[in-house]
Amino acid sequence: MTSTSVEPKTSPPEPERHWKDFFGFSTDHKVIGIQYFVTSFFFYLLAGLMATGMRIELATPDPDFLGAENYNGVLTLHGTMMIFLWIVPTGAAFANYLIPLMIGAKDMAFPVLNGLAFWLVPPGGVLLLTSLVIDQPPVAGWTSYPPLSLISGEVGEMMWILSVLLLGTSSILGGINFVTTIFKMRIKEMSLYDMPLFCWSMLATSLLILVSTPVLAGALILLSFDLIAGTAFFNPTGGGDPIVYQHMFWFYSHPAVYIMILPVFGLISDILPVHSRKPIFGYKAIAYSSIAIAFLGNIVWAHHMFTSGTPGWLRVFFMAATMIIAVPTGIKVFSWVATVWGGKLRLNSAMLFAIGFVSMFLIGGLSGVMVASVPFDIHVHDTYFIVAHFHYVLFGGSVFGIFAGIYHWFPKMVGRMMNETWGKVHFVLTFIGFNLAFFPMHILGLQGMPRRVVQYDPAFTTLNQVCTVGSLILAVSTLPFLVNAAWSWFKGPIAGANPWNALTLEWQTSSPPIIENFEEEPVLWSGPYDYGVDREQDDDKSVSELLAEVKAQM
Amino acid sequence: MKLPTSITTLIAGILVTLISLWYGQHHGWMPEAASREAPLVDDLFNMMMTIATALFLLIQGALVIAIFRFRQKPGDNTDGPPLEGDIGLEIVWTAIPVVIVMVLSIYSFEVYNEMGGLDPAASRDPGPQKTAVVPGTAMAATLPGQDKIALGVGASPKQQGNNAMVNVDVLGLQYAWIFTYPDSGVVSGELHVPAGQDVKLNIVAQDVIHAVWIPQFRLKQDAIPGRDTQLRFKPEVTGTYPLICAELCGAYHGAMRTQVIVHTPDEYDEWLQSQIAAKEHGDGLTVAQIMANNDNRLARQTEDWNISPEAIAALHEMPQGMPQGTLHEMHQHL
Repeated sequence: MTSTSVEPKTSPPEPERHWKDFFGFSTDHKVIGIQYFVTSFFFYLLAGLMATGMRIELATPDPDFLGAENYNGVLTLHGTMMIFLWIVPTGAAFANYLIPLMIGAKDMAFPVLNGLAFWLVPPGGVLLLTSLVIDQPPVAGWTSYPPLSLISGEVGEMMWILSVLLLGTSSILGGINFVTTIFKMRIKEMSLYDMPLFCWSMLATSLLILVSTPVLAGALILLSFDLIAGTAFFNPTGGGDPIVYQHMFWFYSHPAVYIMILPVFGLISDILPVHSRKPIFGYKAIAYSSIAIAFLGNIVWAHHMFTSGTPGWLRVFFMAATMIIAVPTGIKVFSWVATVWGGKLRLNSAMLFAIGFVSMFLIGGLSGVMVASVPFDIHVHDTYFIVAHFHYVLFGGSVFGIFAGIYHWFPKMVGRMMNETWGKVHFVLTFIGFNLAFFPMHILGLQGMPRRVVQYDPAFTTLNQVCTVGSLILAVSTLPFLVNAAWSWFKGPIAGANPWNALTLEWQTSSPPIIENFEEEPVLWSGPYDYGVDREQDDDKSVSELLAEVKAQM
Repeated sequence: MKLPTSITTLIAGILVTLISLWYGQHHGWMPEAASREAPLVDDLFNMMMTIATALFLLIQGALVIAIFRFRQKPGDNTDGPPLEGDIGLEIVWTAIPVVIVMVLSIYSFEVYNEMGGLDPAASRDPGPQKTAVVPGTAMAATLPGQDKIALGVGASPKQQGNNAMVNVDVLGLQYAWIFTYPDSGVVSGELHVPAGQDVKLNIVAQDVIHAVWIPQFRLKQDAIPGRDTQLRFKPEVTGTYPLICAELCGAYHGAMRTQVIVHTPDEYDEWLQSQIAAKEHGDGLTVAQIMANNDNRLARQTEDWNISPEAIAALHEMPQGMPQGTLHEMHQHL
C-alpha cells in the first residue's frame, strides 16, 4: 500500500451549488432527485401521522377519537398520500438521482421536463392538504368508487381528482424521461446487460406507467364530468355503469402496485450484492422477470373486482393471470436468497433493511397468491386480510426497500456516512412495530372484520389493540431515522467516493457528485456485480482488491 | 460429530414438511364454518396455508441461517465466491412456483365451480339492466327480457336449473339491509333461513355500492346500483351469524351490520307463519319501520359521538312512494 500525505478532509467536496438551488427550478437530476426525496418524505410523515390517528381510533370498537365523519376523510388522504405522494415519487427520486450516474450520463435526456415533472408534485400534495384544511376532505376512499364519490361532497372529491391528475401527469413525464435516458444516454461500452438492475427495473416501471396511467386520467376526467357537469358515465341514476369506472381505475391501480414495488426490486438487487460481496445470482433472470412482471401486471386488474361486477368465466381468467405473477416474483426472491447465501455479509443498516425487505415481501407475496384464488378472495375481499396483505407488500416491501436504499446511497448523495447504531435501532423498531401492527390483521380479516370501518365488533378488540401498539412503535421508529439523517447530513464522517467498495458507476465519482457527474466519461472496467471475480490480466486479483488499491493510491 | 450436508438437508426437509402439514390444518384462523360452501373454501385455504408455511420456513430459514453463518468476519475484507448463476437451479425454482400455481389454480377452479361460481345464470355480465333509483326521483322500469341473469355465485353444478327452495330479495341502502320474502311478502331487517335448504339472495342496491358478507358462510357479493346480483348457498349449521356490509358506503359503513339466523326447517316455518300472521293483522314490519328502527339504532349508536339527529336524518331519505310498500314491490320497480 502506498502511503501518501493527504490532508485530512473535514467536509465533503462541495459542488458549485447554493442551498437555494434546492428550492428552485433546477434541471440537475441530482437536485431534482433530492427535491423528490424531501418532498415525498414530508408527505410520508403526514400520512403516517394520519395512520397513527386511525389506529388510535381503532383501539376501541366505538368511534371515539376521530369520529365517524372524519375517519373516512383521514382514511382517504392516508391512502392517497402514501401511494401518490410517498412511494411513487420516491421511486422517481431514486431513479432521478441514480440512473444518469449509473449509466455514466451527465444528466437525464430531458432535464427541463424532469424539473417540470417534479414541480407538479408539490401542488398535487398541497391541493390534497387544502381539502383537509377547509374541512372538506374526500371521503370515498382512495379508490373513489362512484356512486359514493358522486354523492359525498363535491369540493373534496374534485380536489382529490385534480390532485391525482397532477401527480399522474408528473409520473407520465418522469416515465418518458427514464425510458429515453436508459436507451439513449448510456456510455458507449455499456450494453443493456451491463446496466445495474435498478435501471432494468425502472425501465419496466416506466413502460408500465406509460401504458396504464393515461387510463386512470381518463377515468378521473369522466368522473369529474359526472360530478360537476351532470353526465352519467358512471352514475347509475342516469343509466351509467359504476363497474366501468372500476375497470378503468384498476387498469391503472393494479399496475400501480408494480409501479411502487418494481423500483424497490431494483434497489434491493443492487444493494444485496454489494454488502454480500458476491455477484447477483441470475442477473438475466432478474432483469427479464421485471419485464415479465410489467407485462403480466397489465392483465390482472379485475382480481380487485371478484365480488363486484365480474362474470364467473372472467374471474377464472384473472385468477390464472394473477397467480402466474408468482413465477417471476418467485424467481427474484430465490435469486436474492442465493445472492446472500455463501457471501460475506456486512450487516449494516442498508443490508438489514434489504434482508428485512425480502422476508417481509415474502409474507406479502404468499398472501398475494392466496388472494388470487377466486373462492378464497370472495371471503377475504374488502377485509383486514387485504389490509394486511398490501401493507406487507407496500410497507414491508416498498418502505423497507426505500430505507435500505436511503442508507445505501446517503453517503453518495450527501458525502457523509449515516450513524450505524441509530440505523440499527431504526431497523429493529421498524421491524417489531411493523409486524405487530400488520400481522394480526390477517386473522382479523379472516375472522370477519371488514376494512374501512370506524367501528367494529367488540370481539376483535384485543387484536386491534395489538395492531395499535405496533403502529405506535412504528411511528416512534421514524424518530431515530430523522435525527440520524439530519445529524449525519452536517456532521457525519466523510464518506469518500466509494465507502462500500461498490462496482457500479455512481461510485466512481466524488460524493456528492460534481454538477455534470463525472470529471471525464467513466470507463466500464467491470460488470456491475463482479465481486470476487478474478481477472487474469490483473494477476488474479479480485475487483475489490483492485479497487482497494486504487483507493489507497488516491 | 458433524453430519454430512445431505443428511442435515434431508432432516430439515422432513421437519419443514411435517410442521407445514400440521400447521396448515391447525392454524385456527377461520371462523366457524356454517354453510355447505364454507368447508370447501376452508380446505382450499388449509392447502394454501400448508404450502405457504413450507415456503416461508424454507426461504426465511435460509435468510436467517445466512445472517448467522455468512456474516463477515472482523478484518476479512475479501469477497465471497463469485457464483453468478446456475441454470439447473434456476430452472428448478422457476418450475416450483409454476407447478404450485397450476395446482392452486385448478383446485381453486374446482372449488369455485362446486360453489356455483360458474352457474350460467349467475356468471354472465348482461351490463346495467336498469337505471338505479335515488331518493326523490321517479322509478325506472325494468328492461324486458333481461331479468333472469345476474352476477354472483349461483347454484352448485348439481342444483343448476333448479329453483332455490328459499328466495330472499335483499336491498342494501345507507345504512341498512332489508330482506323481503317474495312468496309471502314478509319484510325483515334480519335474514332468516332454514338449515339444509338451498337459499338464493337476489341483491340490489338503492344508493351506493354495498356488499353482502357472511363470514361464517365464506360468501360475499357486492350490491350494485343498476345491476342484479345474487348469492346462492346452503346454510348447514343453525345459529346466529353476522351479515356485514363489506364495501365502503359512507360515514356509517361500519354500523351497517345485521344478523343471519339459521333455523331448523320447522323453526323457520314457524317464524315465517308468525310473520305472515303479523302482516295480516297489520303488525308486520314495513320498509319504513325497518328504516325507522335502523335510524333509531344509528341514533343510539351515534348519541355518544356528538352527532346531531339532523345529521343522521340527512343521511338518507326514503324513496318517494316507497314507505308503506314491501320490498318485493320495490324489487319489481328497481
